[in-house]
Amino acid sequence: MKKLVILSLACFLVLVTLVTSCRPDPSVDPIDGISFEVPEGWPEPVYKFEGNPLTTAGFELGKKLFFDPRLSRNNTVSCGSCHQPFAAFAQLDHDVSHGVDDKLGTRNSPGLFNLNWHTGFFWDGGVNHIEVQPINPIQNPVEMDEKLENIITKLSADQQYKTAFAAAFGDEAITTQRMLKALAQYLGMLVSSNSKYDKYTRNEPGGAMTAAELSGLSIYRSKCASCHTEPLFTDLSYRNNGLIPNSVNDSGRGVITGNPDDLYKFKVPSLRNLKYTGPYMHDGRLKSLQAVLNYYTTSIHHSPTLDPLLQTNIELSPQEQSDLLAFLNTLNDEDFVKNPRFRP
Amino acid sequence: MWKFTVAALLLAVTTIGCRKKPDPAVTPVEEDNRQISLTFQNVAGTEPLVLDSAWYMNANGDSFKVRTYKYYISNIVLIQADGTEFKEKESYHLIDEGNNQSKSFNLQSVPDGNYVKMKFLIGVDSARNVSGAQTGALDMMHGMFWDWNTGYIMAKLEGSSPQAPNGSIVFHTGGFSGTFNVLRQVTLEFPQPAEVKVGKTPNVHIKADILEWFQNPNLIDFKETSEVMGGSKYLNALADNYADMFTVDHID
Repeated sequence: MKKLVILSLACFLVLVTLVTSCRPDPSVDPIDGISFEVPEGWPEPVYKFEGNPLTTAGFELGKKLFFDPRLSRNNTVSCGSCHQPFAAFAQLDHDVSHGVDDKLGTRNSPGLFNLNWHTGFFWDGGVNHIEVQPINPIQNPVEMDEKLENIITKLSADQQYKTAFAAAFGDEAITTQRMLKALAQYLGMLVSSNSKYDKYTRNEPGGAMTAAELSGLSIYRSKCASCHTEPLFTDLSYRNNGLIPNSVNDSGRGVITGNPDDLYKFKVPSLRNLKYTGPYMHDGRLKSLQAVLNYYTTSIHHSPTLDPLLQTNIELSPQEQSDLLAFLNTLNDEDFVKNPRFRP
Repeated sequence: MWKFTVAALLLAVTTIGCRKKPDPAVTPVEEDNRQISLTFQNVAGTEPLVLDSAWYMNANGDSFKVRTYKYYISNIVLIQADGTEFKEKESYHLIDEGNNQSKSFNLQSVPDGNYVKMKFLIGVDSARNVSGAQTGALDMMHGMFWDWNTGYIMAKLEGSSPQAPNGSIVFHTGGFSGTFNVLRQVTLEFPQPAEVKVGKTPNVHIKADILEWFQNPNLIDFKETSEVMGGSKYLNALADNYADMFTVDHID
C-alpha cells in the first residue's frame, strides 16, 4: 500500500515537473495571468506574438510606453494623445491628428482594436507588421517627431524603465527592438469583441436585439458586409469609396505600391465602436454617421479607381437608414472602452 | 529504494525533458573557430572615397561630394571550387563609410577549404523586411528604415553637387517586392583562392566604386535626377547601376 502511494506520488510529481518545467511557447501563459484569446468564431489572427512571448510585464511596459509623452521630441505627445482609450483609441472630435507644436496631420487617427488580425497598418497599409507600426508616428515630423535613439537615451536614464525592461525581457538593456515588442504586446491585447452584437451571436445575456436592430443587421448584411465583413467588420482591403480628394490630394495606397490602380484607395475601416471613433473617413471629413449614410446614398464620386461595388449610390430608405443606425449602435463595445486594464 | 527511484526519475525528467538550446551569447570561442575577414573599401574610380571634402565626377560630368554613404550587405555565401557553400548565419552587415569598424568584419566558423568566390545580397532580404522589430545591424535606429512604407533603405548616398537643381543629391534605395525591388545579388570571383585552415584567416579586400551608382547601364544626370527616394521610378535604375560596383581587389 505504501509503495502504491509513493508510486502515485512519483507519477504526480513527474507530471507536475513536466508541465511546469517544459511549458510550451508562453504566448499563452495562464500562470502569468495574461493570455491572448481568439474570440469564439473568429479567424486565426495574423500576429500571434511569435518571437515576442506575451507576459504581464511586457504588456504593462507596452502600456507605460504607449502613454509616455517622452516618446515625442518635446515630451508633450504620447501615442495615447491621438489614441484615447475612451474613444476606442481614436482621437475624439479630431478630424486629423494633432502632433507636437500643434502641428496637424492629414489623416484621421483610427481606433486601435483587433490589430492582431491586420496585415497592413495605417489608412494606406504602408506598414506591414504590428511591431514596426509605432515607428511611423514617432518619427513623423507632424506627429511625435522624435528619433528612436533619443527615446532610448531618455528611457535609459530612468531607473523605472530599466526595472520594467528587466521584468519584461530579463535584463535592463533598453533597445528599440524591446520597446517595439513591448508596445506590440499592449496593442495586440486590445481586442474588442464584447458588443451587444457579439453577445447576440454568442447567445449570451445582454444580446437580445430589438426588431429595428435585427432589421438593421439584415440591411447591413445585404448592403455593407461585402467590404465591412464580419466579425472584424472590415475585410481589411484597400478601396476607393468615391470621396472627392480634398486639398491635400491624399492618394492613399497608390503612394505605397506605386501602382496607378491603387490611387485614392484606403483601408476599409471597421464598423465596430463607431460611437466613440468619429469623425469618419480617412480625413475625418464626415462628422456623424447620418452624414456617412447621406454620403453613400447620394454623393459617391466617380473616378478611374472607384470601387466596383460603389458604382451607383447605395439605396437606403429613411426607415432602412434608421434601422441600420440602430444596428451599428450594437457594435459599440462599452466593456472595451472602459476596460481598466487598458488604461494608464 | 522507492525514494531513490522517485528521485532519479524526477532528476531524469527535469534534465532530459527540458534541455535548453545552447545560448549563442555564451558559446565559448573555440580553438578551431576558423574565420575569414572581409574588408570593404569604398572608392570613387581610382581615388579612395573621402567624406565631406573630396570632389568627384560622375560619368555625366557632374561633380559631387559625399556626406553620408551606407549600404546593407546580407546573406553572404562563400563558395569552394567544388561548389561547397558556406552560408554565414544571421548575415546582416551595415557598411557605413563614416564608421571604420563597420567596414571590416570576420565570418565565423568557416569550414576548412579553398574558397574561390562569394555571393551576397546588396540590401536586406525580403523576409527581414516583413518580420517586425529587429536588432543589431537591422535595428531601426540606424536611419536605414522607411517607417511609412515598411522596409529597409538598402543603400543611402547623400551629398552635394553644383549641377543638382537645389545643390544637394539624395539617393535612398529601398523596396523588396513588386514594383519597387532594389535587392541585387552579387557574385564576386576571387583573384586567387582564399585558403581557410588552422592559424590562417584570409582577408578578402573588396572595393566598391561609388561612381558605378551613376553609370552602366543607366547614365544619371544630376540636373534631371538628384533626389531618389521611396516611390521614385529611378530606384531600380540605381540598383541596376550599383549592382556591379563591387570587385575583389586582393586577398591577403
